[in-house]
Amino acid sequence: MPKLIKRDADGQFAAAEDAFIDIREEDGVPAAIPGNGPVILSLARFQEEGDALLSGGRQVGVRIASNEAIEDLAYDLPRLALVALEFPKYRDGRAYTSARLLRERFGYTGEIRAVGDVLREQAGFMVRCGIDAFEVSDGSSPEEWAAATHRYRHVYQRAADSRAPAWKERA
Amino acid sequence: MYRYDEIDREFLADRANEFRLQVGRRLAGEITEDQFKPLRLMNGLYLQLHAYMLRIAVPYGSMDSRQMRALADIARRYDRGYGHFTTRQNIQFNWTKLADAPDMLDALAAVDMHAIQTSGNCIRNTTSDPFAGATAEEVDDPRVWCEVIRQWSTLHPEFSYLPRKFKIAVTAADHDRAAVKVHDIGLILKRGDDGSLGFEVFVGGGQGRTPYVAPSIRKHLPVDQLLSYLEAILRVYNRHGRRDNIYKARIKILVSSLGAEEFTRQVEEEWSKIDVAAANLPDTELARIRAAFAPLPFQALPATSEAFEAAKADPAFARFARNNVRAHKQPGYAVVVVSLKKVGDTPGDASADQMDLVADLAETHSLDDIRVTHEQNLVLPHVKLDAVPTVYAALAAAGLATPNIDLASDIIACPGLDYCALANARAIPVAQDIAARFDDDRADLVGELKIKISGCINACGHHHVGHIGILGVDKKGEEFYQLSLGGSGAEDASLAQILGPAVPANRVADAVDTLVETYLTQRSGEERFLDTFRRVGLAPFKEAVYAEAH
Repeated sequence: MPKLIKRDADGQFAAAEDAFIDIREEDGVPAAIPGNGPVILSLARFQEEGDALLSGGRQVGVRIASNEAIEDLAYDLPRLALVALEFPKYRDGRAYTSARLLRERFGYTGEIRAVGDVLREQAGFMVRCGIDAFEVSDGSSPEEWAAATHRYRHVYQRAADSRAPAWKERA
Repeated sequence: MYRYDEIDREFLADRANEFRLQVGRRLAGEITEDQFKPLRLMNGLYLQLHAYMLRIAVPYGSMDSRQMRALADIARRYDRGYGHFTTRQNIQFNWTKLADAPDMLDALAAVDMHAIQTSGNCIRNTTSDPFAGATAEEVDDPRVWCEVIRQWSTLHPEFSYLPRKFKIAVTAADHDRAAVKVHDIGLILKRGDDGSLGFEVFVGGGQGRTPYVAPSIRKHLPVDQLLSYLEAILRVYNRHGRRDNIYKARIKILVSSLGAEEFTRQVEEEWSKIDVAAANLPDTELARIRAAFAPLPFQALPATSEAFEAAKADPAFARFARNNVRAHKQPGYAVVVVSLKKVGDTPGDASADQMDLVADLAETHSLDDIRVTHEQNLVLPHVKLDAVPTVYAALAAAGLATPNIDLASDIIACPGLDYCALANARAIPVAQDIAARFDDDRADLVGELKIKISGCINACGHHHVGHIGILGVDKKGEEFYQLSLGGSGAEDASLAQILGPAVPANRVADAVDTLVETYLTQRSGEERFLDTFRRVGLAPFKEAVYAEAH
């Protein structure tokens, strides 16, 4: 079971229970959607079945692969419980752009969860791009994740977080 | 020059501390080499053939004497008494021990230096005109904008895991000394028709195994829009650049496959959606950075110097003055190019003692300013003409006054198989062999000739843009060299054309000799080698080299 770390509105990190079941394909066959609990669907599955699930009162999140356009989700954002962004390898940086666009262009305020190859060396970048939930793959504790995030006292550029860039600190 | 403040310094201290922890975890065996590799690469630490190599950033090739002395100190304490200046205007130490690396970064941080983003798939050190702030040609000081880019790109949260490395160059002069058109992004500062300052933006140039001269995607970007426009370009690249094949992952492949027009449309569309007021740097910060590059306290001097003219009675000095001294915007001053291309030495190498000497000369005679050129030489940008003879004498005594700037023996060479884990062939000995054929008189007779040597297809020695380019290849375990002609990385950028079959190592210098002799018989008037080649084409050169081979 991957460990989930969440960052709250005050910037504190804590371990969190994960109520969502991530519905994945198994050997190319879409897995059945169990019960009536919260689920995370792929973009394609959401586009097929999302309306029905949502109208049944279920909490639904959508998982965006790194090669999928976050724009395709724009009109659905108010209905979603979370957006999961996939990092298939830590070196694949496309999800950083998706996260920033969610926060800055589409004004999304719900949970953005990093899933996949999620390592503490990326924590600072993820938080700055607006990601606030982390399905860590390196066994990091919330304390280690927080320490990695706060390693730098200053940042040089504006991003999707509230940190003041160096030029603003100087002003 | 830009001075770090408390914010910049605390940032570097945090960086050095982070790396010390990571090295500690590695040395204690808590993480494997595989896990450590991306961490060390974020700090410019490569594992090469014989040792670790630490590549240190010299932002836009500019440093002061204090920083140069620190590099000399590092060379003595942690390396074998020398360092290697690179085509990215950086310096690398080729004999680094892993356990020393954190101490080296601390020593660098103490003089406001670092190794951030000197490797990895991120925005690398921005390069620029080594004569910035000294040449009368420029419409603005490109260093202002390089510093803007340095800060913006440092640990950029969105653009640190790009499909591949990303290199930006900025110039502001008609004469391009920064090879901007063979960069991922090349920026040329120009005045628009209305007199306003803007950038012509070139995207998708590059070398490596598929070289391209970058197309221009915008003629006039108002300077205050720089960061939002860069954000748009990088975002399009981050999303759509290929990630399935490392050899097709640079932005040049994206630009070429989409076509410059479609790529430009995508950038402009993305740019139209960006909140530019928030993305651009405010005028107050631009003004603060610009103030760091305010005109220096030059003295009012006559345009000519009696001492300088009198010294030309010595033919050796006259030659140095002709080949290594360039015009300065301020009357009575000159730009002095320090050659790291002494015949027989490794191109771009400097010993610790040489670094100290250059630092001393900069402090006394060049307003404490030193530059590194992408052609792997050093520059003292602000020397009074009166002092040039003194500076020359000191440089000559240290083997730093070879009068060969832009001449046949001023060769760019990558470290090649002597150091590099990627190389197929050696580059340094080939450069040494060729340089040995060009003594001062012959080099002078031949005139401007840019020879560039890479030890593999990655083209770190810029062979695609050499007037004569030389590429080392491995043929069944033997080193062969492919020659090409007619490249240029300057304002008249072009890619070199392959001459013919590769030649064995012991034939390269002869072949270059033959090319040069062919040029001399074909030359019309004052024509450079490159111009003669462009006029007469490949045929006479090919004929001469391969006729001899039979």
